[in-house]
Amino acid sequence: MFVELNNLLNTTPDRAEQGKLTLLCDAKTDGSFLVHHFLSFYLKGMGRIDAGVNLTVARERGQLVFLEGLKSAVDVFFQTQEEPHPLQFLREANAGNLKPLFEFVREALKPVDGGEARWTYPVLLVDDLSVLLSLGVGAVAVLDFIHYCRATVCWELKGNMVILVHDSGDVEDEENDILLNGVSHQSHLILRAEGLATGFCRDVHGQLRILWRRPSQPTAQRDQSLTYQYKIQDKSVSFFAKGMSPAVL
Amino acid sequence: GRELGMLDSLLSLGGLVLLWDSVEWEGRSLLKALVKKSALCGEQVHILGCEVSEEEFREGFDSDINNRLVYHDFFRDPLNWSKTEEALPGGPLGALRAICKRTDPGPVTIALDSLSWLLLHLPCTTLCQALHAVSHQDSCPGDSSPVGKVSVLGLLHEELHGPGPVGALSSLAQTEVTLGGTKGQASAHILCRRPRQRPTDQTQWFSILPDFSLDLQEGPSVESQPCSDPHIPPVSKNARARTRKCSLGSGQRGEHKSCRGW
Repeated sequence: MFVELNNLLNTTPDRAEQGKLTLLCDAKTDGSFLVHHFLSFYLKGMGRIDAGVNLTVARERGQLVFLEGLKSAVDVFFQTQEEPHPLQFLREANAGNLKPLFEFVREALKPVDGGEARWTYPVLLVDDLSVLLSLGVGAVAVLDFIHYCRATVCWELKGNMVILVHDSGDVEDEENDILLNGVSHQSHLILRAEGLATGFCRDVHGQLRILWRRPSQPTAQRDQSLTYQYKIQDKSVSFFAKGMSPAVL
Repeated sequence: GRELGMLDSLLSLGGLVLLWDSVEWEGRSLLKALVKKSALCGEQVHILGCEVSEEEFREGFDSDINNRLVYHDFFRDPLNWSKTEEALPGGPLGALRAICKRTDPGPVTIALDSLSWLLLHLPCTTLCQALHAVSHQDSCPGDSSPVGKVSVLGLLHEELHGPGPVGALSSLAQTEVTLGGTKGQASAHILCRRPRQRPTDQTQWFSILPDFSLDLQEGPSVESQPCSDPHIPPVSKNARARTRKCSLGSGQRGEHKSCRGW
C-alpha cells in the first residue's frame, strides 16, 4: 500500500467509502502497481493483519478468495463437466454471457456458515478485465458481468470493486474502447496510469490521472481531476506535480 | 432573461430530449435536475432505471419529489439471471409501452437512465421505433382521446456509440443537450429543433445544487443563433462522439471527441 497515493485520494484503510467502483486503467505502461496498492489497502482495512500484508495468511483465513484464471481455463477443458464452471464460456462456440462467472463471484461472497465474519465488507478485485475480450467474450457481455457484480457487491453487500482495464492506446480496438468507456461510466473513481509521451525516463516512470465521478451529491464547483507524475521505487511509489521530479529540481 | 432560461425550459417543448454526457462530464446530475423540475410542475415522472439503483437515483430528492417518481427497476436483474418471477415482463420497452397506455391525460416525463444501456442491448431500429411512438404520442392521428404532452429524457454516453445509432437518435430528437465544461465549470450546449423553424443552439453555463436545483449562470455565453447545418455526420469511422460546426462557448468540446477512455 502506498501512503502517498492514499494522501492523494484522501483516504485510509479504516475510513474507506463503501459501495464504490474504482477503475484502474493503464496506457503504454504497466498499471499493476495500482492493483497491488488496492489489494494491500483493502486487506489492511480488514483490521486483523498486524504487520504488513500476508496474502497466504489472508487466503488461509478466507479473507482472500482467489480465482486463478489461467489454471481454471485449463481445468475447464480437462475435467468432466459436472456443474457449471466459472469459465464455462471457453467451451462454447458463441460465448453468450458470463453468468457462470458471476455466480462464482456471488457464491464466494456468501458468508461461511457459523464462525467469524471474514470481512466487514467484501471487495472484488478484477485483474484484468481486458483478458475476457481476448478470450472471445463480447464487450457488452463483459459490461453485463460487471453490472451484475456491481449490483451485488456495491449495492446489495455495500462492498467495493476495483477493476483493471488496459487501454489499447493507438491500436484501433473498438471492443476494448467500448469496454473501457462503459466501465468508466459505471465508476466512482478512475485512476489512469500513462507512460510518458516522450518515452522512457529513469526518474519519472509515468503519469497518473485521477478523476472523481458520481458524487452522491453534486457540488457547485470542485476539482474533478488531478494529474501527477510518479516514480516506482523498491517498496513505494512517489508522486509529484508535473515537472517537479526531485531529480529535476 | 429568456436566453438564460433555455436549459430551464427544455421540457416545455416535449418530445425526445437527448442528454449527451462523457466520462469527464457526467450527465446524471442534470438528468435528475430535469426530473425534479418536471415533478415540481406536477407532471407524472417515470424513471426507467438500468444503470443505478433506485436508492441512488432517489438520493438527494426530498419526499415531495420522490412521491411523484415512479421507478421501474431494471438495475437489479436486467437480464433475468436470477430466473425469479420478479423481472418486469416485456423488459424496458414493455415498460415504456405500458407507461404510454396510461389513461391519465396529464403531461408525463419519462427519464431513460440510460438510453445508452438500451441501445447496447436492443436493436437500434426497434428502439428508435419505440422512441418515435412514445415521444410523438400526443400527435398520434386516429386517437380520439386527448393525451397530454410526453417528454422523453434519454441519457447517452457519447463514447459508447457509433455514427449510425448516433445519427438515428439525433434525427428523432427535438432537443439535444451536450455536456462539457472548463475549469470545473459545467456547460450545456443545447440544440433545439422546432417544426417549420430553423434549429437554434445556445451554450448555457450552469451548476447543480445539492438538492438538484438548477443554478443557471452567466458565463462566456454565445447569442442564440440559427445553426447552419443541424445534423453533421461524423467525418471519421473512428469518431464515436458527435461533431458539430456550431460554436461552443467553452471551447473544450473537441477535447473529448478522442473518445479513448479518459
